[in-house]
Amino acid sequence: MVRSVTNLGRTGAYDWLMQRVSAVVLALYTLFLTGFVLGSSDLDYAQWAGLFDQMWMRIFSLLALISLGIHSWVGLWTITTDYIKPTALRFVVQAGCGLIMFVYLVWGVEILWGL
Amino acid sequence: MLVSLYRYNPETDNVPYMQDVEVELPEGKDLMVLDVLHMIKEQDVSVAFRRSCREGVCGSDGMNINGMNRLACVTPVSEVVKKDKLVLRPLPGLPVVRDLVVDMSIFYQQYERIQPYLINDNPEPAIERLQSPEDREKLDGLYECILCACCSSSCPSFWWNPDKFVGPAGLLQAYRFLADSRDTATAERLDNLDDPFSVFRCRGIMNCVSVCPKGLNPTRAIGHIRTMLMQRTT
Repeated sequence: MVRSVTNLGRTGAYDWLMQRVSAVVLALYTLFLTGFVLGSSDLDYAQWAGLFDQMWMRIFSLLALISLGIHSWVGLWTITTDYIKPTALRFVVQAGCGLIMFVYLVWGVEILWGL
Repeated sequence: MLVSLYRYNPETDNVPYMQDVEVELPEGKDLMVLDVLHMIKEQDVSVAFRRSCREGVCGSDGMNINGMNRLACVTPVSEVVKKDKLVLRPLPGLPVVRDLVVDMSIFYQQYERIQPYLINDNPEPAIERLQSPEDREKLDGLYECILCACCSSSCPSFWWNPDKFVGPAGLLQAYRFLADSRDTATAERLDNLDDPFSVFRCRGIMNCVSVCPKGLNPTRAIGHIRTMLMQRTT
């Protein structure tokens, strides 16, 4: 058993599952947005704002944002533990990644509910 | 044929280097790479490599042959040599002791970690622990591993974290005991593997499958372990 405190959950199974679940959410969100953009003729600001004005779209977008944070944390945590061997530097990079994700999340909420 | 050979003697060399050796292959015979190494050793006795059974059973002569990990004793020259050149290097990712001989300590430590022996708490029967033919069949494709390290030393996840990721060879054996109907330590074995490194560092690139000289499939075994871990936690 290898101990780790910086990964997403406490077990490998949890991280593995969360990475896959978040990937499905992100895929659905991407497909939906692509379909919306391609399916709307003469897409303008009013249509775009109208889409994001609906509660279900805000929830869907927030879910995608959280999924992005989870997915990228698991991925970047894996990359940093693979390639950055000095502990202090690895921790700083991981903390930086965590901070950026947190900022994106709060900023995303601000955008979604501030429209 | 030109053989480019990885040479390193820590007592005399500061850095490793590649040595070119010309070898005259006999007409009408397809030699194994190990035979070529013996011919080289006749010219230069200082060349170091491991070998024992010379028939793909002991797993001693795993090495990197023209870019791919293989057993020298069961690899015909005709199969790997293109453009009349043979490049021999030690197994990647493991510390070199000398020339083609690598230090396999970390590989064996990972093997030891998975407790590669039957654990059974039940009282010993009078004669032996029986197993149905169906249960015995589940061990096929697992028990044949000869621990040559061709798979683990071709795995990038093992290169980056050899102290934490068990590696394909160790995980194949871990599943060999998880799948054994006579073993009663399944929960304990899974506890030891359920962290983000031991099993889940496998990214499924399947280098292990493409190099295994016994034709085994560690990626599939890792998939089975992952499924067992998921089943008990979700």
